[in-house]
Amino acid sequence: MNSPELKQLLHGQDFEASPLAGLAGVPLSLEPVDRKAFVSDQEVRWCPGCGDYAILAAFQSLMPDLGIKRENTVIISGIGCSSRFPYYVDSYGMHSIHGRAPAIATGVATARPDLGVWVVTGDGDALSIGGNHLIHALRRNVNLTIMVFNNRIYGLTKGQYSPTSEPGKVTKSTPLGSVDQPFNPVALALGAEASFVARTIDSDRAHLTKVLRAAANHRGAKFIEIYQNCPIFNDGAFDALKGPGADEAIIHLEHGEPIVFGQQGHLCVVRDANTGGLSVAERAHVDESDIVVHDAHRPDASLAFALSRLTDSGVLHRSPIGIFRDVERPAYDDLVREQVQLEVTQRDPNLGLAELIAGNDTWIVD
Amino acid sequence: MAQVRTIDRVVIRFAGDSGDGMQLTGDRFTHDSAALGNDISTLPNFPAEIRAPQGTLPGVSSFQVHFADFDIVTPGDRPDILVAMNPAALKANLTDVRRGATIVVDTAEFTKRNLAKVGYDANPLDDDSLTDYQVVALDLTGMTVAAVKEFGLTRKEASRAKNMFALGLLTWLYSRPTEPSIDFLATKFAKRADIRDANITAFRTGYAYGETTEAFAVRYEVAPAPMKPGRYRQISGNLATAYGLIVGAHKAGLDLFLGSYPITPASDILHELSRRKGFGVTTFQAEDEIAGVGAALGASFAGALGVTTTSGPGIALKAETIGLAVMTELPLVVVDVQRAGPSTGMPTKTEQADLLQVMFGRNGEAPLPVLAAQSPSDCFNTAIEACRIAITYRTPVIMLSDGYLANGAEPWRLPDLDAIEPIDPNFAAAPNATAADGSGRFLPYQRDPETLARAWAVPGVPGLEHRIGGLEKSAGLGNVSYDPANHEAMIHVRRDKVAGIVRDIPDLVVDDPSGGARLLVIGWGSTYGPITAAVRRVRNAGGKVAQVHLRHLNPFPANLGDILGCYDRVICPEMNLGQLAMLLRAAYLVDVQSYSRVRGLPISLSELADDLTAELASLAPLAEAHDDPAAPGQEDVR
Repeated sequence: MNSPELKQLLHGQDFEASPLAGLAGVPLSLEPVDRKAFVSDQEVRWCPGCGDYAILAAFQSLMPDLGIKRENTVIISGIGCSSRFPYYVDSYGMHSIHGRAPAIATGVATARPDLGVWVVTGDGDALSIGGNHLIHALRRNVNLTIMVFNNRIYGLTKGQYSPTSEPGKVTKSTPLGSVDQPFNPVALALGAEASFVARTIDSDRAHLTKVLRAAANHRGAKFIEIYQNCPIFNDGAFDALKGPGADEAIIHLEHGEPIVFGQQGHLCVVRDANTGGLSVAERAHVDESDIVVHDAHRPDASLAFALSRLTDSGVLHRSPIGIFRDVERPAYDDLVREQVQLEVTQRDPNLGLAELIAGNDTWIVD
Repeated sequence: MAQVRTIDRVVIRFAGDSGDGMQLTGDRFTHDSAALGNDISTLPNFPAEIRAPQGTLPGVSSFQVHFADFDIVTPGDRPDILVAMNPAALKANLTDVRRGATIVVDTAEFTKRNLAKVGYDANPLDDDSLTDYQVVALDLTGMTVAAVKEFGLTRKEASRAKNMFALGLLTWLYSRPTEPSIDFLATKFAKRADIRDANITAFRTGYAYGETTEAFAVRYEVAPAPMKPGRYRQISGNLATAYGLIVGAHKAGLDLFLGSYPITPASDILHELSRRKGFGVTTFQAEDEIAGVGAALGASFAGALGVTTTSGPGIALKAETIGLAVMTELPLVVVDVQRAGPSTGMPTKTEQADLLQVMFGRNGEAPLPVLAAQSPSDCFNTAIEACRIAITYRTPVIMLSDGYLANGAEPWRLPDLDAIEPIDPNFAAAPNATAADGSGRFLPYQRDPETLARAWAVPGVPGLEHRIGGLEKSAGLGNVSYDPANHEAMIHVRRDKVAGIVRDIPDLVVDDPSGGARLLVIGWGSTYGPITAAVRRVRNAGGKVAQVHLRHLNPFPANLGDILGCYDRVICPEMNLGQLAMLLRAAYLVDVQSYSRVRGLPISLSELADDLTAELASLAPLAEAHDDPAAPGQEDVR
């Protein structure tokens, strides 16, 4: 940021920046911030029972904990139910156009190192119409937190199948059942070279908050898939992960811990010699040393990818939840600013705009 | 020794295979002509294929330069001299060459095989098909290879220096100094001593050949053109656009953020700006056209000057985001370097057929200002004005250039940057309203009463937190609104804001030295050159014709309607099917006649001059004397 006008507007550079890696360069608030400060005066208009409420509440509660100035918080969304999110948070925000939020947010994050930038999007917005922008923001590693509210359906357009709907899904646009193979969003993000990939659930506030906090401490692109229930058009899509049987369905991922789940931890994840991937086994049937220990920081993404494949692509019965991958890689926006700053600093002070424009080949007419 | 004859103007076309270095040769010759003080105008013409099959018609690349001892406005229609490096170059260009012109050919390339490739049954150098021309048939390849033998290059490498042989010959023919080209070659090939020496030797040998040959009876001299005193450089439209954007952002004290996706013929703006990080320029080569404009808009939201550069197909893709910029009322500069369409069309050929697309190619009522540059150097001023309007009025602005301006070059008197007015971004710094409890409140859609521009509040300023977006907003408050009356009011205010920019647009001045013209020629964009040249030709023959040229296409200048109403006939030459003519007819109910040429090339000035002469002749005789024909703002600008 070299703009004299902006520098003057923002009163110089003297502030204490957040110690969190993902928010480095973003000023900390001098006074404690109240959760209510992040609640806008706009009436929330999601359907009763929508999973979006829980995500909004978790976000608004987390923000004071992160401690950055509210005015340095920016939320960019696309189009869809989830993308109404910015209207409900009293920060700076833009409710943009369908699928383009990661592109617009890339401009915001690159132009300004002093902003914390969150992208709110859904499975249709991020994975269908905006798929290209999503994968490129991830591969570039732009310092953004991308929250994909995945309800496996189009809600705002009233119930068509989405790119994460299970095969055979009967909707208004697929009366005989969908014949589309769905995306596995986590696997897609890993394939797009994402440096931070996580999955969480709307109904588990503590886990959701934990993942968002971990994301704030990661420099670069954060991809967070949030399973989000749509009570109107796809109610119960994630019931398997929520009801009494949830222990059997959720494969909890904790960095450095053996991957063990189920009631009394009777299930575990082991390497599958037949496929080269991973599979779920009865813990009693395997040697403890064969249980895979989760390593989110592993530079190679193969383990994370194998874990992502433990997700059902059809009706959801089982899914890993947690941080699949969290590795260090230079952030795009930092690198871009570094190049600009280096050139600005090294520019010959005698070569101003007039000299640039004149070039090396001029002649004089008297 | 040939005698030296002084002439006032020459048009030279260098033509050869894509790999023959014709663009470089032409560019070099142009530099020397400009440095000698000639006025110049150039027209590069090259295939979209990087290396089309050798020796074929699609692979022909050419560079035309027009230089003169007076003020010229076009690269010329008909070359006085054609350098044809192979049969394909001869065949592709011969129809443009005037009778009696000189044609220099490389006989080494006129082999049976090469002739067959382009459909010559017989060698045109051997039959009488070129009797109307002065053909100088030289073994350019053979002489070049022999001259550079000592440097130990392969025959293929050695023969590649033949373009410098040709340049040397023309340098002699038109009495130019040799030093600049030798210096240029020494620098360009500094890393390969053998290639450098071969090129310099080929150049010198070509020059010496001119001195000793008897192929040319005369050599020519073109005196410097009278030009305003000052320091000059040669500049292309794309370079001038890049500089204008940098200066525009600098004048506003803003960071320039370019989000762009490579596309012919706009990519050189991306290339140039990417090299200018030292001036605080950030460039983002996006994954697609949509992300390019999206990131630019995001940067504007964050307080930078967002710019995106593209051509017609890119405008189509960016349309939705440009509409978002209309709705969010953020500054954004969109440069459309037009090329021949529809669809992929002819990427390296010029056209002006995006006017209606940029005016109306968005959903809903989405007005925005449109400007068009009229010459390569004019791209500089147009880009600065686009920045000024975008920032002052919080609006996307479309600047139209085209392939002809982008790649064409002309001398440019360097501007005094200090004389360019600063641009005030006028960021919102404090609440602009009072809440019920007496505290400060920020209304993002509160407007400046004069410009109707809304407040530009950027993240990081406390107390101004707000949300914007593509949904309709309530006036002032900026909250989402579906209220019918509010929607209509907002539609009107967005229209009125853009229409109100007219207050910053100077009145048009009609060029009519006779003061009594009944025929007006109106144009926009790059047709300025051909129209001006054609009008001059008509006037030199005694015809009375008035000319006016538009830079501002939305809104139109305030006096345009009055001007159009003053003439018996209004002709509008365009490289499209009559897009401006349609807008003028709709806006002013004037019977504007479209003059349409859509060939991927600039309009031919001689054809236009003939047609204007015919129009003049067809005007009904006046029933009574026209004593007071003065049109508003009428004044001779020359």
